[in-house]
Amino acid sequence: MADLELLAASGAETAARIAAGEVSADEVLDFWLERVAADQLNGYLWKADRESARAGVTADGGPLNGVPLAIKDIFCTEGVPTTAASKILGGYIPPYTATSVRKTMAAGMPMLGKTNMDEFAMGSSNENSAYGNCLNPWDRERVPGGSSGGSAAVVAGGLAPWSLGTDTGGSIRQPAGFCGIVGLKPTYGSISRFGMIAFASSLDQCGPLTRNVTDAALLLSVLQGRDEYDSTSVGIEGGIEAPAAERLDGLTFGVPRGLMREGIESGVLARFEETLIKIADLGGEIVDIELPHAGHAISAYYVLAPAEASTNLSRYDGVRYGLRASDDDLLSMYEVTREDGFGPEVKRRIMLGTYALSSGYYDAYYGRAQRVRTRIVEDFDKAFGRVDFVVTPTSPTVAFRLGEKTSDPWSMYLSDLFTVPMSLAGIPAISIPAGLAQPEGGGPELPVGFQIASPAFSEQKLLEASHALEAAIGFDGSAAFEGGIR
Amino acid sequence: MSTEYEAVIGLEIHVQLSTKTKMFCGCELSFGDDPNFHTCPICLAHPGVLPVPNARAVEYALQIGAALDCELAPVSTFDRKNYFYPDNPKAYQITQAVRPFAENGRLGEVRIHHAHLEEDAAKTIHTGGAGRIKGSDASLVDFNRGGTPLVEIVTEPDLRSGAQVREWGQLLRATIKQLGVSDVNMEEGSLRCDANISIRPVGSTELGTKTELKNMNSFRFIERGIDAEIARQTEVVAAGGEVVQETLHFDPSTGELHSLRSKEEAHDYRYLPEPDLVPIVPSQEMLDAAKASLPELPAARAARYEADGVSEQAALLLSFETDWAEYFEGVLAADGSLEPRVAANWVTGEFAAELRKQDDQPLAGSKVGPNDLAALIGLVTAKKISHGAGKTVLEEMVASGADAEAVVADKGLEQISDSGELEEIVIQAIEDNPKPSEQVRSGNEKAIGALVGAVMKATQGRADGGEVNRLLRQHLGL
Repeated sequence: MADLELLAASGAETAARIAAGEVSADEVLDFWLERVAADQLNGYLWKADRESARAGVTADGGPLNGVPLAIKDIFCTEGVPTTAASKILGGYIPPYTATSVRKTMAAGMPMLGKTNMDEFAMGSSNENSAYGNCLNPWDRERVPGGSSGGSAAVVAGGLAPWSLGTDTGGSIRQPAGFCGIVGLKPTYGSISRFGMIAFASSLDQCGPLTRNVTDAALLLSVLQGRDEYDSTSVGIEGGIEAPAAERLDGLTFGVPRGLMREGIESGVLARFEETLIKIADLGGEIVDIELPHAGHAISAYYVLAPAEASTNLSRYDGVRYGLRASDDDLLSMYEVTREDGFGPEVKRRIMLGTYALSSGYYDAYYGRAQRVRTRIVEDFDKAFGRVDFVVTPTSPTVAFRLGEKTSDPWSMYLSDLFTVPMSLAGIPAISIPAGLAQPEGGGPELPVGFQIASPAFSEQKLLEASHALEAAIGFDGSAAFEGGIR
Repeated sequence: MSTEYEAVIGLEIHVQLSTKTKMFCGCELSFGDDPNFHTCPICLAHPGVLPVPNARAVEYALQIGAALDCELAPVSTFDRKNYFYPDNPKAYQITQAVRPFAENGRLGEVRIHHAHLEEDAAKTIHTGGAGRIKGSDASLVDFNRGGTPLVEIVTEPDLRSGAQVREWGQLLRATIKQLGVSDVNMEEGSLRCDANISIRPVGSTELGTKTELKNMNSFRFIERGIDAEIARQTEVVAAGGEVVQETLHFDPSTGELHSLRSKEEAHDYRYLPEPDLVPIVPSQEMLDAAKASLPELPAARAARYEADGVSEQAALLLSFETDWAEYFEGVLAADGSLEPRVAANWVTGEFAAELRKQDDQPLAGSKVGPNDLAALIGLVTAKKISHGAGKTVLEEMVASGADAEAVVADKGLEQISDSGELEEIVIQAIEDNPKPSEQVRSGNEKAIGALVGAVMKATQGRADGGEVNRLLRQHLGL
């Protein structure tokens, strides 16, 4: 049994081995389920067995048949507990399955388990999970990032070959960067949101977390498409193919230096600058660009996202499902259920959003934030008139220590400084590993993410460029593969 | 001299659309099934679900907009209206608060401010207590109705009295019924009406503080409720007080008004553009289709009937009920020589009364078709039977479904056309009734009625009333 070969194999390589008969789908599933069972990262909130992993999965689903997948606990899965890492959904078992999960099942991909996350996807460290922190496989003293922390940690730590996550303001890209894997947030509308528990509906987007760019492309090709159950979904015209580019000739990469003035760790900046040189080596051109309003993105985001969240989370009222902490009378059912069921960060955002939407404050907060969002969209439109891609570090820092930022929400929010503008603009952005760097304050070296963004629905072009750059960087994440169970 | 006040009334009318499925999910809309039978993760607001608008509901809404002579918006959008209540599973209602699908319309003398699309709440039942949530033992929710497509029609404050509201409401109901997009049944709640009421001194153009009268289930109750509220406000103001903004409930059994909530208790709905839905952008074809699909609406139909000589009252009665209008036109089609005025009077008068008298029969199930009634009216018009005999024949027709000629022959009701025979009966009646005969002779013409009655009795209604009158007067020397 070629355990180590399976552990190091990408999703695409595993699929090829199954297709070639070198290994059976059963052997692959057993191999991964055994590792999932030994999870030391608290990466999974629910773990499948052979039977439940295959429930609803097409026996012969096509080219990715038999390659199992970890799924963020924000996706509803029929018959399988789904909590969004919240106590308020403790014991909730959905009666239906999210469109994106149905698609991976139809492609023959078993489900390894449901991964840990920040409660309702609100957080950048996974410390807001009601079911305990997920740990970073590179250094268990550190956070895996968030909100898709579990989905990133299990792929980096050898507990899944690949996974699904969601990204609202950086929730795929930032943990992918912190864990040394690839994370893609596609264009808003390219993948159905049906069955994805809503945080901020105008920003939420499903995407893959993978070992490499090719895997991200393969999963995206399965996930993308218009869904009759999501009227905001449109899909990607022409679909997605595995990328093959090796050069970046004729492509222009814009660097928004104005956004990168302060707060970036020196190690992160060093890997970023080196990557720019690699781009130039591959024939790409580097230019400075301005995104004049992107500096206001975090402020606008922390009005818009909580506003939407405050109404999205109102349905958790104890009436129909999930936690009902009191039934003395209607008001106490609402109040006690929500008091007991939501964690502090979720409550903070519900309060923020409720306030921002209150009569008399709407224009000053929500209205103004929407106008900032429009300006940011225009900034990117203008930039993409000059350049093919916008590049930044994925995060200003490498993975920080557990507890380091929990008492300072604003500093936590700033870890999404470079990812939020793309979310507000609805454009695709990918984080690929750019190497390792020592964190400020010392300690073992940790992964650094490099973010590339491109115009809406230009995922194929984004994946081609990322593929070429990935090969030039030559990052090897295998050092963490045993980090999940060691 | 005391100030005269006038009432200013605007209406908010909710119309449940009779689509096959709900507004934002595929659940069937059907009534009378077990509670919570027609539900799915979407209309129960499970985590992760999304709404998808019902295309037929949009089509129906546009037809309503067109029938109300509204400008149909090239782009309309949805918003979330947030409030917690068990009948509202998402804790927000999807509605159109900012850009409705139709604006600036008119029906009759009332301007329409706008009409918007939204979804209905579920049904709550509070057990024990007074049927209200406060003091009840338990509250049950039935989501079968939750998510029914609604069009809310908001008028300008153009109405002035309870009676006007009732009449206009009936026109609106008939208009929407004619479109076939709603059952518009107030008792079942497929048509619901709230009224905003204020008063002001006659001649003033300012609006007074308004109260809202909620959800009454018949236009008669609305009329009574509004009149009661106008009287209450007038009394308050006349006594030097001020009307307080509040929401009221009218109890038709006691005629009393109860306050449901005051302005301070009003919700802050925290409206938010619905991020899960893209704007409705009807194509030119859809807009054209909405206008082209309009049938002849009640107001136009009533005008046409009146132009044909039908009395105003009969014209309105016929126009407000499509099946009666169709019946009436069927009668005219069966016999082109009938005068519309006469036919309309038979349909809305004698025939409608006879159906009511005989177990309140519905028109649809009547054994008397338009052709049958046309035949009967033809016999009366041609003076083959008297008007009175016609009623007798109609009674039998409604009861047994027999045709007019057969009943006439069977009962021997042909009008007495032989003047000699009738003259003998008239002379006999004068002899048998000396007292009224003497009264008539001495100038009391009204007393002739008793003699006419006697003749009619003797002839079993087979005599022509005009001829009887003429002969009586001749023999009494008038």
